[in-house]
Amino acid sequence: MSDTDARTFFAAAGMGRKVTAPALVASDGFSARYDLDRIRGVFSRPGHKLAGESYRDRILVLDAAKGGVATAWMLYEMRARGVMPAALVLNRVNPIMVQGAALADFTMISGFAIDITKAIPNGATVEIDPAAARPFIRVV
Amino acid sequence: MRLTDEEEAMQAGRLGPLRQWAIDHQIRVGRYFGANDLVPVGQAHIMADTESLGVAGVEWLERWAALPADQRMVCIPTLTDPRGTDFAAAQRLKQQPWMVDLERRAADAFAALGVLMTNTCINYQTIMAPVPGEHVAYGDTGVVIYCNSVCGARSNFEGGPSALSAAVTGRTPRYGFHLPERRQVTLLVRVSYTPRRLDEWGALGGVVGRLAGDYWQVPALIGIERVPNSDEMKHFGAALASYGSVALFHMVGITPEAMRLEDVAAAPASLKAHHVGQAELRVFQARYAKDVGTVDVVVFSAPQLSLVEIQAVASLLEGKRVAVPLLAVTSPQVKADADRFGLTARIEASGATVLSGMCFYQSYARDMAEANNWRRLATNSAKLVNILGGYGYKPVLLSMQQCVEAACAGGRLSA
Repeated sequence: MSDTDARTFFAAAGMGRKVTAPALVASDGFSARYDLDRIRGVFSRPGHKLAGESYRDRILVLDAAKGGVATAWMLYEMRARGVMPAALVLNRVNPIMVQGAALADFTMISGFAIDITKAIPNGATVEIDPAAARPFIRVV
Repeated sequence: MRLTDEEEAMQAGRLGPLRQWAIDHQIRVGRYFGANDLVPVGQAHIMADTESLGVAGVEWLERWAALPADQRMVCIPTLTDPRGTDFAAAQRLKQQPWMVDLERRAADAFAALGVLMTNTCINYQTIMAPVPGEHVAYGDTGVVIYCNSVCGARSNFEGGPSALSAAVTGRTPRYGFHLPERRQVTLLVRVSYTPRRLDEWGALGGVVGRLAGDYWQVPALIGIERVPNSDEMKHFGAALASYGSVALFHMVGITPEAMRLEDVAAAPASLKAHHVGQAELRVFQARYAKDVGTVDVVVFSAPQLSLVEIQAVASLLEGKRVAVPLLAVTSPQVKADADRFGLTARIEASGATVLSGMCFYQSYARDMAEANNWRRLATNSAKLVNILGGYGYKPVLLSMQQCVEAACAGGRLSA
């Protein structure tokens, strides 16, 4: 795999396990408190570009971590109930997402040379390897 | 990461499994952000509501709470953010018994760890504000941004697990806003209108938050014509953190690190600059007012009200009667004073309710909406407006006076 591979995008940092799943992509932010109906497993904030979409077992490819600190607990609670995304891919991360991913053993990568929400087609099957020497997301 | 002998002892489990888990957690988070070491912190502040924790989170806490005392107790002063209920008012709010039970279990577990159940997001107004340069581990975005910006303290957003880690290790990974270079300005906002009301300060925070866009941005505001008071800074910061995930701002000539722009910007001319005036604030507020002619409930919360805000609500309600529920939410510390000064009685004589130790959006807001048929909500908190859309509400941002007038007019909004 090389930097010239048009289907592979390297991240600045990663955490969690290798995952393959369909991508759910939008140029919008992510906050478990602000954006989700965590019981139904859908984006619930009316203004969100994924409003009404199910996030269950999808790899979310979004722009930036938003909102408050609640996501750090909520990712753990979502994992315990089994209604959660397969992984999270962000252009820009905040500490809360990383802290929550660390507690929940959740896969996440962030920080790209390009806008990752423009690079990954919505619905494409993608592979994430956060533990690689250079964490990456790849369109399968 | 470089570890001290004590930190290595924690990592090896010689100080018990809780401290071992905590320092492992901190090392994982620190490595993600390239931290070289850990920095001692003077206080921790933990998000503790059970709507966030869930049953799984409470059970996780209870496992730690069952450890022997020498292995489980926090080692620095540790406070909590608002709970998910006011036990005295849960029935009136139509919260379910299981929610109250879960809250009690969480409170018992935190208390067993030595956490002070302060249940407040305005600890900087009521308990012990940090001093300039003090490293802390705070777990509420409004608390973090206020203490970083207004007090000159150093904190990142510390979610519940990380704030608890800091509480039991006495330190936190040194990255982000613990580093001087991260506290430099990244964008300029030239302000041509200095807000006069709290909702306008919140609107300004919302507008700037959208311009900033992410955690690593540090806006500097230029042109604020007077020193805002603590409540104004509180509403501005809470909204800025909510809309932008921002943890630090500077107001040039006002906040302690930015007496001059050059103090926080090595090359100001190279920074992207924006302009925000009264028109931008009006557009921001109008966006939420569309199609809302009548509201079902009025809420003053997020952040909890200071004693001064409680007094203002009491004055506005003097001799009036509310015709839709009006909830004024404050901290246990302020509530005791409000009771003592007769402010609670004056507010509740109007039919309104003073709630203590909770915050509206952290208190099963979706369930309360369904149980009480609350959908359209008026508030003077821009932060609350931003959050509640996702919980199924249609919120509108008004002044405190307009909110009270709406509550007394059967929910009808004045033109």
